[in-house]
Amino acid sequence: MVEFSLPPKSRVKPGKTWPAPAGAKNVKTFRIYRYDPDTGGNPTLDTFHIDLDDCGPMVLDALIKIKNEIDPTLTFRRSCREGICGSCAMNIDTDNTLACLKPIEEVKGDVEIYPLPHMAVVKDLVPDLTHIYAQYEMIEPWMKTDTPTPTSGERLQSPEEREKLDGLWECVLCFCCSTSCPSYWWNADRYLGPAILLQAARWVFDSRDEATEERLDMLDDPFRMYRCHTIMNCTTTCPKGLNPGKAIADLKIAMFERTG
Amino acid sequence: MPTHERPLSPHLQVYKLHRKIAPALSISHRITGMLMFCLGTLFVILWLGAAAYGPESFATAQALFASPLGYLVLFGWTVVLFYHMTNGIRHLVWDTGCQVSIAGVRRTGLTMLAAVVALTALVWIVGLAVAL
Repeated sequence: MVEFSLPPKSRVKPGKTWPAPAGAKNVKTFRIYRYDPDTGGNPTLDTFHIDLDDCGPMVLDALIKIKNEIDPTLTFRRSCREGICGSCAMNIDTDNTLACLKPIEEVKGDVEIYPLPHMAVVKDLVPDLTHIYAQYEMIEPWMKTDTPTPTSGERLQSPEEREKLDGLWECVLCFCCSTSCPSYWWNADRYLGPAILLQAARWVFDSRDEATEERLDMLDDPFRMYRCHTIMNCTTTCPKGLNPGKAIADLKIAMFERTG
Repeated sequence: MPTHERPLSPHLQVYKLHRKIAPALSISHRITGMLMFCLGTLFVILWLGAAAYGPESFATAQALFASPLGYLVLFGWTVVLFYHMTNGIRHLVWDTGCQVSIAGVRRTGLTMLAAVVALTALVWIVGLAVAL
């Protein structure tokens, strides 16, 4: 359902302001979305002042600094700090990206940080990913074969066949793309969204997979795939430089070609 | 289990769709589609209805369209028409799998906007040359 404004209890209220560190010369202001499920109430926007001379270069470094030195209750997901795990996806300076790959100096003015858009918030910057993981399971992201495994033990692929997976296998499932997509915002109950469709393409275009028809049958639905209107927020925002919009366009073409 | 109902994170409030070229052109496609259809239908009904009613009402309708405000509205409608038409062609190109990239969105978007200006100007230059 299209609802342009937030429900009353989801509206962001002004929050706490933490004082700037004494004697700091290079101070950057961070405004961070806070929600505590234990106290409930509306989410707030807290203000933190960080001395950049005493902080790492990335937004994630600032978040870790805040958690370590200012407010240990600040909650966010992070793990690898190098764009491989996809955990620290959030909305920074109006764009979805990975906090570990976003240099603080790229942000003009104050750094505003929100959870991934249009998601249920568990706490602070942690969105509930249950639904999107369930959608991932729907596309059955594993190799499906009918023929017996070759005696050599491997299903071989030509370099050309392998190349078709470039731009698909690199996805780290951070869901920056799906949560940047207005179509996914309004139709997440039935539309799979760019991240999951890119994963679907990863198996449809794998020469070793033998369930291509079955996979396309699953996507042949007015909502699951065809809610993509080529808005291209997905490709614009992908922190890994992938192109979910193109993956979906290729799926649409594959669908068209098999029906003729 | 959550002790309270989970809030919905901000979306349109933080994403600023109008400041990014890809979504701005996309939402404009929908808006122009609705304007084109609603205004276009209204104009045709007004014009045909007036014609069916009699010569006097037809003359009134013609005068309404030929008034400065009428020209302004019709000019706006031509912009809307060409926007929706050329952006529709852009979508057809994307459906072939071409230009589906960040650079492609920008390139085709700017080309489309230039085409809107050119086509609108052409129609009005020819139209006014014939009318005056």
